[in-house]
Amino acid sequence: MNTKVSSNRNPLKGVSDGLEVVRDRWAHAPGAARWAVYILLIIGAVILPSETVGNVMSPHSDWTTLLFFPIGGYILLAIGLNVVVGQAGLLDLGYVAFFAIGAYTMAILGKMHGWNFWEVLPVGIFLAALSGVILGAPTLRLRGDYLAIVTLGFGEIIRITARNTDSIGGPNGISGIPHPPTLSEWEFPDVEPLTSLGLGGMAPLKYGALDMRPYYYLMLITIIIVIIFVKRLESSRVGRAWASIREDEDAAELMGVPTFKFKLAAFAIGASIGGAAGVLYGAQATSIIPANFPFIVSAIILAAVVLGGSGNLPGVILGAFLIAWLPERFRGLQDYRILVFGGALVLMMALRPEGLLPSRRRKAELAEGTGGMGSLGAEVGGPTPSVADEALGDAPDDTPDDRPETAEVGK
Amino acid sequence: MLLEIQDIHVHYGKIAALKGITLEVDEGEIVTLIGANGAGKTTTLKTISGLRPLTSGRVRFNGDDISRMPGHKRVLVGIGQSPEGRGIFPGMTVEDNLYMGAYARSGDLSKELAEVYELFPRLAERKTQAGGTMSGGEQQMLAIGRALMARPKVLLLDEPSMGLAPKLVQQIFSIIVEINRRGTTVLLVEQNAQQALQIANRAYVLETGHVVKSAQAHALLDDPEVRAAYLGGGAGGEAAVAAAPAETSVPEAREAPDEE
Repeated sequence: MNTKVSSNRNPLKGVSDGLEVVRDRWAHAPGAARWAVYILLIIGAVILPSETVGNVMSPHSDWTTLLFFPIGGYILLAIGLNVVVGQAGLLDLGYVAFFAIGAYTMAILGKMHGWNFWEVLPVGIFLAALSGVILGAPTLRLRGDYLAIVTLGFGEIIRITARNTDSIGGPNGISGIPHPPTLSEWEFPDVEPLTSLGLGGMAPLKYGALDMRPYYYLMLITIIIVIIFVKRLESSRVGRAWASIREDEDAAELMGVPTFKFKLAAFAIGASIGGAAGVLYGAQATSIIPANFPFIVSAIILAAVVLGGSGNLPGVILGAFLIAWLPERFRGLQDYRILVFGGALVLMMALRPEGLLPSRRRKAELAEGTGGMGSLGAEVGGPTPSVADEALGDAPDDTPDDRPETAEVGK
Repeated sequence: MLLEIQDIHVHYGKIAALKGITLEVDEGEIVTLIGANGAGKTTTLKTISGLRPLTSGRVRFNGDDISRMPGHKRVLVGIGQSPEGRGIFPGMTVEDNLYMGAYARSGDLSKELAEVYELFPRLAERKTQAGGTMSGGEQQMLAIGRALMARPKVLLLDEPSMGLAPKLVQQIFSIIVEINRRGTTVLLVEQNAQQALQIANRAYVLETGHVVKSAQAHALLDDPEVRAAYLGGGAGGEAAVAAAPAETSVPEAREAPDEE
């Protein structure tokens, strides 16, 4: 039994070798092949809300509702949080706050001031980004766990403030939020294969109360735009600065990267994506209450990012999809599903700590013991003690004494 | 004076790490700071490069007061640092690490890159390897090469010999001499006092946040107090010849550009 265990220590090894092959192929694939894959993915996403798919994917609850939220919503939130956690390496435990700010912006401006969805969307994005800057400016001097605690507090402050502010409905929230105005009555043509997929004759740009599919398409378009935006950022100078901050913040500063400015930018961009998700959610839900935005949402989105492979966009999307979908798929197991879900997460982190689809770079970072999730934990075991040692003026355990270390080695 | 540090005090919270350090580095010199753990050597370097704020005192560079200038701007005026523990970006390739070194600069970098590869042929061989997967010695070369990419006027080196096999230490030190010969001023922090004093022009001895001695480097080599405290009473670092099977592999030595 012992041999079996040792020879088979990580049952996911085979999977990860397979992934490497796919990744190499992808890296060398010509542009046309890539575009073909992108187009196939988009077509797949368009026919996803069909009943046929729904019967398999979600026998217990309405598939089209699930597709908009939590699945679409979690994916969008995870992409946003990935900018903060996966790219810049800042641990944010209060991400739900920006989602709430977007949703409340939609609710307040839409319900009380009669703005329509398209007018609210940029405002919601802007307000979320602004609150990201307001949160970040005083707190981004902190690192690792300390930053995590402050952001966690921020998430709670937003929710509790909403609950205790009577002018925005207090604990009852706001209901009667308007749906987005219908853009067009245009319908999918009722021809094969759309008919047998159950999509013939539906109007994808008409936002009513009953059909969830138009909201899903709205979410899909938002996600695609955000992916393009984030991807471009990643390969830009900004993305390089974020990577350097994530891997070694002090070294980044020494290279001439204005670390504070870029951390603030990561916060603002991540927040604005969360805000966009909030506006969409508010416009579909028609009523929101503070209890829609508990800490657990921040935790779940973070779990999605880490599970999927922090820093790698396809991984993050896959992670968010699984986290949103699995508990619904196994609704038949009732409350045990959460137990199973938790167990599956623990198992994943034990067997594959770098996530389902990690970026290569992330693996190297984890191997080095830095990076990972920013400086989470590293701050405790790493730089701080050495700094304190130096300040205290006594020699700790890591170096023998003032004698040259090499001489020790040589003897 | 290229770099002048005037009576700087630096605190970590309430604890004073530097209690009035004054030192000067002139253009073209190699100056070394030696001292035990906790003497404040690293803190001094971090204060010069802007990673630590100072409580009082002044840092002047090229005549300008840069005490309040943020760290990322000091790169542009000409201060380059290879930090303690090397600070390699583990997920980036060697070449990307080097390009990060020139992040603050724009324009054509091929000349700098070629020069770094010439100084460290090993880095050219490892171009596409992730920084984090390299040996300690290679990482140290990368850290120095990366700092050079910004064409610094003064290069701050924090313990370049830390954790390296003796042969590699020799190699790194001879490269430091070569870098200096090509016109870069060097401020070197070392625990390996023997080696550091042999290549430096001048030296400062730090003890618990104070400068306790400053003199010509060769004078300190013969100073009985310094010998007793930092040079192991005469048993020099050269005794180490046998290659330790430590984390670093030895064959690098053949590539040293100018073995002495």
